[in-house]
Amino acid sequence: MRRIAALVALLLIAWAGAAGAVEPRERLADPVLEARARALSKELRCLVCQNESIDDSGADLAHDLRVLLRERIAAGDSDAQALNFIVSRYGDFVLLKPPIEPATYGLWFGPPAVLALGGIGALLYIRRRRRAAAAPAPLSEAERQRLAQLLEDEA
Amino acid sequence: MRRLPYLIPVALFLALVGYFGLALRPGHDPSTLPSAMIDKPAPDFDLAGVAGAPGLSRATLHGHAAIVNFFASWCLPCRSEHPLLMRLAEQEHVPLFGIAYKDKPEDAARFLGQLGDPYRRVGLDETGRVGIDFGVYGVPETYLIDGNGHIRYRLVGPLTAESLERDLLPRLKALGG
Repeated sequence: MRRIAALVALLLIAWAGAAGAVEPRERLADPVLEARARALSKELRCLVCQNESIDDSGADLAHDLRVLLRERIAAGDSDAQALNFIVSRYGDFVLLKPPIEPATYGLWFGPPAVLALGGIGALLYIRRRRRAAAAPAPLSEAERQRLAQLLEDEA
Repeated sequence: MRRLPYLIPVALFLALVGYFGLALRPGHDPSTLPSAMIDKPAPDFDLAGVAGAPGLSRATLHGHAAIVNFFASWCLPCRSEHPLLMRLAEQEHVPLFGIAYKDKPEDAARFLGQLGDPYRRVGLDETGRVGIDFGVYGVPETYLIDGNGHIRYRLVGPLTAESLERDLLPRLKALGG
């Protein structure tokens, strides 16, 4: 009995996590539209907390934006139109995933480029070492004599 | 010349240090966002007034440069900037307009009654929709609008004597306000 109660409690907690900060009265009656609104609100940054989506945030402005987003979708906006409605007021920063455009090329392609450069550098370095290791220089006459001397001492 | 490739990481490191140094400079708050509305027409709005006074609409602002200040009775920094607004209105006769953001009519009226009303007109934005149309993300915010109804400048957070003298008033003067 206790186990079942614990399980139910755990399930409830997990479900609460999945629900984000969306309050029941904010939700749209149509589950298809509501799912679209949920997906979009996960892409929008809460400008008050700045590191949370409006889907996760309990801030007042996040609530207002969630309601606004649902109004736009219920009024027949496409996903792009609804997002654009908010981006036109708050700028690209409101998108958690910045758009790919010349100003953000460094952001999107910088890390892979640095990784590729580092990889090329590492590859060249390893190949050079391997070539050096594969063909050791032959011993000079002086070295050969010293080696013979050492082996003799050992014996 | 053979050393050159080894200097690349050093150069990259120095560039990063410079960038971080720039972001950490005093007086710079990285959480302050640039407005997406700069040089765009101010959104259309028509708001009721507080305590029976005439309200505020976009048409009210047309034809002259104006400062629009979003405030709220529940907002503490708004109280700290209020004396500056009073001084602007009384001594410098700046065309100052107010929008009470997500405020109840009686609270906004009490706020202005207690602290004084520096605004030529006040509009009541109970739902916060006009705020969202302006791109407001936290009160107080102060917008400079030119005679053609375009937003030209925005200040986030409470006004200070310094930001007034350095940023807001010279821009207002340049617009002929």
